[in-house]
Amino acid sequence: MAIPFDLLVNAIVAGLLLGGFYAAVTVGISVSFGMLDIVNIAHPAFIVLGSYLAYLLNASAGVDPILAAVILLPAFYALGAAIYQVYFVAFEKHGQEALRGLAFFFGLLFISEVGLILTFGVDYRYVDASYIGPTWRIGFVDLPLRMLVPCVVSLLMVLGLHLYLTRSFTGRAIQAVAQDQLALQLLAANPFRIKRMAFGISVATAALAGAFLIIIQPVEPSIGREYIGRVFAICVLGGMGSLPGTVIAAVLLGIVESFTSTFYGPSWAPAVSFGFLLATLAIRPAGLLGR
Amino acid sequence: MRSWTFTLLALAAGAVILALALAIGSDYLFFAGYVVLQFVVLATAWNVLGGYCGYVNFGSAAFFAIGVYTTVALQKLGANPARYLPDALSGLLQPLFPLSIPSLVVLGGLVAGVVGLGMGYLTLRLRGVFFAIATLAMAVVLQTLVINWPFVGGARGAYIIRPESITFAGLTLGYIEYLFAIMLLLAIGALCLARLIEKSRLGYGFAAIRDDETAAEAAGVPTLRLKLIATTISGALMGMAGAPYPYYIGYVEPGGSFGLQYAVNAIAMPMIGGTTTWAGPLIGALLLGSLQQIATVTISSAVNLLLVGVLLVVFVVVAPKGIIGLVLDRRRMRLAS
Amino acid sequence: MTDAILQVNGLGKRFGGFVALEDIDLEVRQGERLGLIGPNGSGKSTLVNCVCGTLRNETGSVHFAGRQLDGLAAHRRTHMGLARSFQLPRPFMSLSVADNVRVPLVYTAQARAPATGPAGRLDERCIELLRLVGLDGKARRSPRDLTQVEMRKLELARAMAAEPKLLIADEAMAGLSHSEVEDIVALLLRLNAEGITIIMIEHIMRAVMSFSQRIAVLVSGRKIADGKPQEVVDNPDVVRAYLGQ
Repeated sequence: MAIPFDLLVNAIVAGLLLGGFYAAVTVGISVSFGMLDIVNIAHPAFIVLGSYLAYLLNASAGVDPILAAVILLPAFYALGAAIYQVYFVAFEKHGQEALRGLAFFFGLLFISEVGLILTFGVDYRYVDASYIGPTWRIGFVDLPLRMLVPCVVSLLMVLGLHLYLTRSFTGRAIQAVAQDQLALQLLAANPFRIKRMAFGISVATAALAGAFLIIIQPVEPSIGREYIGRVFAICVLGGMGSLPGTVIAAVLLGIVESFTSTFYGPSWAPAVSFGFLLATLAIRPAGLLGR
Repeated sequence: MRSWTFTLLALAAGAVILALALAIGSDYLFFAGYVVLQFVVLATAWNVLGGYCGYVNFGSAAFFAIGVYTTVALQKLGANPARYLPDALSGLLQPLFPLSIPSLVVLGGLVAGVVGLGMGYLTLRLRGVFFAIATLAMAVVLQTLVINWPFVGGARGAYIIRPESITFAGLTLGYIEYLFAIMLLLAIGALCLARLIEKSRLGYGFAAIRDDETAAEAAGVPTLRLKLIATTISGALMGMAGAPYPYYIGYVEPGGSFGLQYAVNAIAMPMIGGTTTWAGPLIGALLLGSLQQIATVTISSAVNLLLVGVLLVVFVVVAPKGIIGLVLDRRRMRLAS
Repeated sequence: MTDAILQVNGLGKRFGGFVALEDIDLEVRQGERLGLIGPNGSGKSTLVNCVCGTLRNETGSVHFAGRQLDGLAAHRRTHMGLARSFQLPRPFMSLSVADNVRVPLVYTAQARAPATGPAGRLDERCIELLRLVGLDGKARRSPRDLTQVEMRKLELARAMAAEPKLLIADEAMAGLSHSEVEDIVALLLRLNAEGITIIMIEHIMRAVMSFSQRIAVLVSGRKIADGKPQEVVDNPDVVRAYLGQ
């Protein structure tokens, strides 16, 4: 079967743009799970929460969704810090089995989803922004702005986070915690506060990712569940705590999903990420750029 | 108490419950009771893998739905086998249809068990965390498959006609009463099985895996094999619980069958009731199940789900050993003083 | 000439960039009492983990009773007769002390020789094993109620419950009093007299010297000495790297 060249290139480009977005979605998990070993499966739910809050600000006050997310950053950070506080006191301090931590986050995921259903109903919501309609065209390549803008901002966000983690003192402390808690304690830095900060940052990224999500597509409360598989697949494939790895893995998944969508239909996309996850775990659990 | 004694007592209790329900004769009781019993099975099934072994399954809805859709697929096939099968085969199989509920239960359990085994084989070598995530992802994938499969109705759903009544051995039961009886039997079976496992060598192996998998391996416990057994049993029971559902509800569609209430309840009920013993899921299911039936009628179904979620989080944080754990702790403290 | 029951050849293990073990050759003869010593972090427990299958070694091979073990799951090695206690005790917290010992009993010893009597015999055997380490009084208790020292004894009891041919005792005596150390050494000597090969990993030199027929020394992932106790102890490399501390 001869694949038309322009269709192929467009599929790849669409995949790249999607991948950029997936990087934003995943980077929070790279921090909370990859570095802190906290299985926050509620992360996609926080993203959807971010989407709805962006929608509220957009629908009521006409605020640009990305700007709305930036406004919401401190609130999400506080939410993350508060959740970590509870998590630490209830589980980590006692070295409890993963079962309870998982059940805890699942409960949060669930409460968030049902809460959104009760508040907003199950209808799709979407935002209005100047870049949601138009599409740039370079030759035969389509660049829908509603994909391009989130992709660019997302990559900027990941870059910013990466620089923070590698250049600043607290950022490096977070990376140190990921590797050796005891060493950190000996250095008289307080692992609890560092981890709380890291988890707060992780949830804060959900605010921005949520804005990106609702720009790219309309959202409804249960949409977060599709992303759980994707997020962990990308995180593992990217080598757990590695941010550059996350970006590469995200782009890879984006391209594969885009291909599947273009040639087999969009309803198979969730299966792709699942296959990715299984394949990664089976073949190379250390990820592409694994530690 | 020996297992046979327990089984007989449980069956006797079941007979009493059924007799009482028939005597009261309220249709609502049968409808609501069916749901509560269904949750007893689901909670007990979840607990075999989650509570006993420590491996969390978030995709309970998927296994339940496998039972649901096996029934739907078989009934569609049975309604018109000539259309889907070669003539010789369809002629052979035609008289078997429509399949009886017990056969559907067995078949649903079989399919779900095989899926559980397969999924376990793929994911159980990994950390428990990845298994849990894989189950979540699997639920989404299965739902996607069903939506894309027009044979079982796809996104539009499928109708199953529920007969008015059923007659056997000279006894005539209304159909909903029949379904209730089946689910009652299934619940008793699940509880007896869970108790049997708990007290057996298998139960010790499961507990060892839950407490410290590495030490269990070093002690000679074949951890992978046991985990596969747990996944298969758990999945099969959930499939069995789902098999009669199309007849109960009359119309199935992917949203409802993969619905939120199965995922959260299958976890919340054992965790609230108590995960280390067979009685925990029973208590959790009876309490939460009844509560939800009342709440759905008086408030709304979404709010009642929210309450379940909140209760789950509260219990996980504050009372991780569940209600049974609280009772046992108080007894132990009183004995010590 | 007694055969080697355990043969380790060229075994190597790394964790990322860190080389935990390098080119380890070790032979243990049937019925022998081997002491394994070395500073903390020298790789003793890593070696045990690789031999027992808890960790996978990258290079080299392990042979036990003539069979090659590489790739075999830990529980199969235990079934073959290789048992170990963990340096940091890992009891089954939700089970009673007696049930902790019951697990290896039913999954290893019983599985090997299913000449079972009624369940009562199992309970008896559990108590017997606990009595050997002095824990029979706490049979019904939870491991949470045990002291660190008692948990180490439980570790040893669990290893013994598997009725091994080769028992590896990883720092089973840390924190014990003088007389308790003597009790454990006496216990291990008794087990050895019954034919069980024993590898003792310890820091308590008194115990190692009185127990071992042979001593091997690990420093920074390499074996630097292997021979009769007095020779090893007098070896200047060993004194410099470990004993002189």
